[in-house]
Amino acid sequence: MANGKKLNLKQNYSMLTKGLDWEPSYQKKQDIFPQLEFEGIKIHDWSNWEDPFRLTIDAYWKYQGEKEKKLYAIIDAFQQNNGQFNVTDARYVQALKIFINAVVGLEYNAWRGFSRLGREFGAASPRIAAQMQAIDEMRHATTQTHACSHYARFFEGMGNAPYQFDRTWYLSIPKSFFEDACSSGPFEFVVAISFAFEYVLTNLVFMPWMSGAAYNGDMSTVSFGFSAQSDEARHMTLGLEVIKFLLEQDPDNVPIVQKWIDKWFWRAYRVLSLVATMMDYMLPKRVMSWDEAWTIYYEENGGALFADLARYGIKPPRDADVTIKEKERLSHEMWSIFYANRDVVGFPLWLPSQEEMNWMSEKYPNTFDKYYRPRFEYWKELEDNGTPFTNTTLPQLCQVCQWPCLFTEPDDPTEFSHHQTEYKDEHFQFCSDGCQHIFENEPEKYIQAWLPVHEIYKGNCILDDVDPESPDYNPMVEAIRYMGLKPGIDGGLFKEHNDAMNWEKWTERPSNIHNQPATDFVRKTGSDK
Amino acid sequence: MAVEIKTSGVKPLRNTFDHLVARFGDKPANRYQEFSFDTQPATNFHYKPLWNPDSEVYDINASAIKMNDWYALKDPRQFYYGSYVSARAKQQEAIDQQLAFIDDIGSLSSLPEKAKNLLTEIIVALRHYEWGANTNNNFIAAYGYGTTITQAATIATCDRLAMAQHLSRIGLLIDEKTGESLDKAKRIWIESPAWQGIRKDIEGVFVLRDWFEVFVAQNLVADGLMYPLIFDEFVSSFSRNYGNDLNSLTNYSVKWQSDFARWVDSVVKTASSESDENKEQINKWIDKWHASIYSSLGDLAKLAFGIECDESLEKINSSFIARISKLGLR
Repeated sequence: MANGKKLNLKQNYSMLTKGLDWEPSYQKKQDIFPQLEFEGIKIHDWSNWEDPFRLTIDAYWKYQGEKEKKLYAIIDAFQQNNGQFNVTDARYVQALKIFINAVVGLEYNAWRGFSRLGREFGAASPRIAAQMQAIDEMRHATTQTHACSHYARFFEGMGNAPYQFDRTWYLSIPKSFFEDACSSGPFEFVVAISFAFEYVLTNLVFMPWMSGAAYNGDMSTVSFGFSAQSDEARHMTLGLEVIKFLLEQDPDNVPIVQKWIDKWFWRAYRVLSLVATMMDYMLPKRVMSWDEAWTIYYEENGGALFADLARYGIKPPRDADVTIKEKERLSHEMWSIFYANRDVVGFPLWLPSQEEMNWMSEKYPNTFDKYYRPRFEYWKELEDNGTPFTNTTLPQLCQVCQWPCLFTEPDDPTEFSHHQTEYKDEHFQFCSDGCQHIFENEPEKYIQAWLPVHEIYKGNCILDDVDPESPDYNPMVEAIRYMGLKPGIDGGLFKEHNDAMNWEKWTERPSNIHNQPATDFVRKTGSDK
Repeated sequence: MAVEIKTSGVKPLRNTFDHLVARFGDKPANRYQEFSFDTQPATNFHYKPLWNPDSEVYDINASAIKMNDWYALKDPRQFYYGSYVSARAKQQEAIDQQLAFIDDIGSLSSLPEKAKNLLTEIIVALRHYEWGANTNNNFIAAYGYGTTITQAATIATCDRLAMAQHLSRIGLLIDEKTGESLDKAKRIWIESPAWQGIRKDIEGVFVLRDWFEVFVAQNLVADGLMYPLIFDEFVSSFSRNYGNDLNSLTNYSVKWQSDFARWVDSVVKTASSESDENKEQINKWIDKWHASIYSSLGDLAKLAFGIECDESLEKINSSFIARISKLGLR
């Protein structure tokens, strides 16, 4: 007899996953799920978890299979047609280097972290949600690698990404961020990543970054980005669901969750600050300024979110006001540090042109002309005289976020913000009150941090083939080699860099659209008219 | 003005990532290789996990098995995310047609009560076994070492949930989408003596902390016995009595398992050929779980085949032993 009854998607999902898990009776539940209690979070009823995805695996395969088909068709066409030469100029590629070297590692760790939650959460529904996000994160790490691998064949500094992620000094910023989350309990991880990172801040990466790729003709990254967007929408939904679930389960969860929001908002903000330099300095064609992005994506959207969460007793993140004070300075301070340390980074640096500085004066009327233009003009003079400014020593790193202590006091843009504390007879340095506060809540965790500059000075960053006793031993050169950087090739001044030379030879277009061509080749052909 | 790009004659500076050149030579890499090798963070870890301060987030010592190169544990199917979802989406289209056909003619819901009960107690109850297998593969994904193994384990986690959902669909074809068969099958899984041995074994795997032992117990031993017992022996015996409709739905499970076993065998064989110590350890695990699971299956087989179950049990056991010895073990 034919059965005409049809289930809708939601009913179908609920039937197919109905009661899959069971109360164990041969083993103790806490032995099967040993991570659920030590954080102090109280869950009374896991069945109140509303699965926000409600995707059965067969539907997931079909949906994602279609997306992959389209994505790889574009990536294949991009590669066959040498699409890497269609981007605005060779400076754009420098931003992609940060992407492959830093972001892929973040996605990888997200995959690891959500895999753990998929195993360790206390009921089928949240575990399935975490498993789905885990495989999505694996997807992102994979497709980003595939989207960037073609660039790596034509440009320097992208061929050694996983090795560098573990060793390069400034990549310890994203690495330590995600390892901090992965080494936390499952509830802290999910608040950190699903809520603070994905829900509150991910648009800040996504919108300017993908629009930036589109503005600058990078079809490969744009396609990846759009393809990932529907995954991200699911992940953000999970972030909000998680926070409401935890807050509704028990009032005792509120202060714990608040502490995590305070911590992870600040941690995530510091990591994402990298986006500020990309938006303001690295994209040859700009989409919006960091100041504008922060205003829209945090102050307006985030403000509405925290107003909504007030009914649970949740307050906006502890240091939110500092981020607003910093927004007019962040990218300029960071670009200065990268420029000064350009011989020990994996991409070349340049000074903004007059045209670009005029854009910044307009976007940053309160700060740029007053604090940063004079500095860049002076550095330009030094460059023109053949004595470019270089930092000859390594920067002091913050014990928590691992950025160099490059930021200024919230209320004084002319004063570097240096914080220090003592713990067990040792001194620890911080870039900010926010990071110091995080340290003081969990000193035993943060004293473990692998701080690259400290490790270099301790002599721990040398390869096995190096003899530190030998007379021609050069500690800095050896440390750069250890970090996976090629001295004289990966970093340095952009106008002298292989990427700039090769770009002009290959495309007959200037490597920096805002400056004179770097090579006689393009100067003579004058093809940028 | 638009500038024409002259791309002819532009030679790439390098063929692929440095770590792939070191591994496979200076030539372009395929997409499986690009993501699967040497991509996992491996050193300079910052913090000991609060959930296990004696370990690392990526812990090379998380298993008693030792490998000189963990990336030797490759996936012969060479699945990366895109190739995986595309392959499964295609397979699913064929299954959907089968499911729609059976649904249209109502052939499972119109089976005799006795046959419907048997299907519920064996095939639908097996969805909980698959959930257990999902949990165990998820453990490998979360705590395993090296991208080749954790990538395939993530895929396996997804596959096992898909299988649990596929078996649930068979339940909905039996009970005309009321979900009654699912409730009943769960009671059977929790209470029926026929399933308790297996449930005890699976819960026993849940508390293991060595991810490679989890791999051996679940993917090699438990599946290596359970799949032939249910999807070869039981389905044939059921079809002899009640026709081939079930067969058309479980054919997918049979094919899936034979594909899955290629990965499982390859991982076990590579790890055991690495050293005598590995081989001895894997043999110990096989012995332990084989003895326990095979004995548990005796009770299940009685439910599935009645008292004349010995022949089926012996048959699946001897093919399991043959598979193990082909891997150079036992």
